[in-house]
Amino acid sequence: MTLKIVKPGLATSIQDLGRPGYFHLGIPEGGAMDRLALRAANMLVGNPEDTACLEAVFMGPEITFTADASVAVTGGAMPITVDGEAKEGWTSFTVKAGQTLSFGFLTGGARIYIAVSGGIATEPALGSRSTYPIGALGGFHGRNIAEGDEIPVGDAPLVEEGRTVPADLRRGPGSPAELRVLTGLYWYRLTEKSGQAFFDDTWTVAPEADRMGYRFRGGRPMEFVEREQPFGAGADPSNIVDGCYSYGSIQVPGGTEPIVLHRDAVSGGGYFTLGAVISADMDLIGQLQPNTPVKFVRVEMDEALQARADRKAMLEKIRKELV
Amino acid sequence: MKTRYSYGGDEHIYVEVDEEMSLDAFFISLSMSNAVREANIPGVTEICPANASFEVRFDPDVIAPDAMMDRIKELEHKAENAEKRLSTRIIEIPVYFQDPWTHETLMRFRERHQDPSGSDLDYAARINGYDSVEAFIEAFHSQPWFVSMVGFVAGLPFLYQLVEREKQLEVPKYLSPRTDTPKQTVGYGGCFSCIYSVRGAGGYQMFGITPMPIFDPEQEVSYLKDFMVFFKPGDIVKWKPIDRAEYDRILEQVEQGAYTPRIAEVEFDLDAFNADMTGFNAKLMEALNDA
Repeated sequence: MTLKIVKPGLATSIQDLGRPGYFHLGIPEGGAMDRLALRAANMLVGNPEDTACLEAVFMGPEITFTADASVAVTGGAMPITVDGEAKEGWTSFTVKAGQTLSFGFLTGGARIYIAVSGGIATEPALGSRSTYPIGALGGFHGRNIAEGDEIPVGDAPLVEEGRTVPADLRRGPGSPAELRVLTGLYWYRLTEKSGQAFFDDTWTVAPEADRMGYRFRGGRPMEFVEREQPFGAGADPSNIVDGCYSYGSIQVPGGTEPIVLHRDAVSGGGYFTLGAVISADMDLIGQLQPNTPVKFVRVEMDEALQARADRKAMLEKIRKELV
Repeated sequence: MKTRYSYGGDEHIYVEVDEEMSLDAFFISLSMSNAVREANIPGVTEICPANASFEVRFDPDVIAPDAMMDRIKELEHKAENAEKRLSTRIIEIPVYFQDPWTHETLMRFRERHQDPSGSDLDYAARINGYDSVEAFIEAFHSQPWFVSMVGFVAGLPFLYQLVEREKQLEVPKYLSPRTDTPKQTVGYGGCFSCIYSVRGAGGYQMFGITPMPIFDPEQEVSYLKDFMVFFKPGDIVKWKPIDRAEYDRILEQVEQGAYTPRIAEVEFDLDAFNADMTGFNAKLMEALNDA
């Protein structure tokens, strides 16, 4: 069967859990910004957790189905309809051949994940179907979906309707959203006062927020420890000799607006980084809308590992409910 | 050299061999990242060498961050004593300097430049003390370059020139990055040259363009059929200036699948290079002439 794209939405892309292993060549891992939501969507329709889905940001697509399929939509909150009939999020439902799935305005979060039984069956690139538009890699012909596309879907039996993820196992950011940070990398470049200000200030998500990175504004500019810039680093105090970036790392070009690198991160560059958002909170960033207030919260490694274990336990509970 | 270790969140370890760029720092970071690869440590998912640093990504559910840190630190001594020799290749990359496409782009973004009155090459030549753009281009292409890092975006090489520190060319990046750069632009920022593998945003000064693709996700280009990315760290590059006619001719060959880059296998020995840079480079370039 295929999904006929009537309207693509704003920037809807095919994503799975990504293609680790090529970051040393500048090809990022990619994959769902909110990985827990993608895993849950797949479980709801009986797919393996790493199956490719559609990730839509801010605005949903409109899709006509050519055959019957089970569908689940997770992640952000967006009214769901099938030929005008309302459906629940985080819950499986059936779309019959010829019916059209469409969406209303976003009411919470930023990204939805649309899983279809059988999974999206485009040709994988470097082991993943995730779309990396900069490198024209993966996805549908290396790009986001467009009007008129016919996206292939694999064959799989339908699941029962009404399978659901309990509300307490759906994770989203609060307001202000709290993002936990392990300091490190080039943290020592900041003065003590400026480092403290980064955590004291409330930031807001800037309009420049996409799969590559999220930019924040509204906090005080950074102050750097004075030094003579090392050879090859560049003149600005925020410059370093170009190095690799960590996923989740926080760079502050010119010392003004922090950028947190996400799944489609550039793999390196010449800006200092003050630390990184912990792995357990990366999914939350994928659900942040522009203008959302955000607090960065300083944690230590043991807390980061505990948060990771908690998130894993939550995923295990979802598996118990659905698999 | 002061090696500095840091966690990057709970999934990365970042090792800065030196805060300033040098071939010694590059060699140590490359040997350390190779040592990590050879150690086959369970849980390691990415090993990314850079100019004077490298990064390891790991799964903390498989190996605890402090255990991972200990394993990497153990390898430092081994890497420092490793022979600074590399079996690699030298590649001739044709460059059409002062081409119409990068020129059109640099004019479009002139208000983001330090010196809007001239071209990027005018500026680079002047601040490096060259009398003419031609003399600067000569300094840029006459001695070879090391690929010291691949990254930023898909397959983009950073290159460091194989000359004494005092002969290194240094040019700042644009004041504010451009939103557009032609594909295969040869750029310059800090002490590094680069080739933009794809069209897109960029902050490096633009000197010219190569007709030779270096990234092909479709893997249709004849020399990219085995893998879509051309460069790897440790490759050596010799720029070859070409004119419009040759640019067009190579472009046509690439499209017909008939273009083969000129490549020679070479040994790079850092100590021998440091002892006689001009002589060592002459031998590297000779190998290319025989290829």
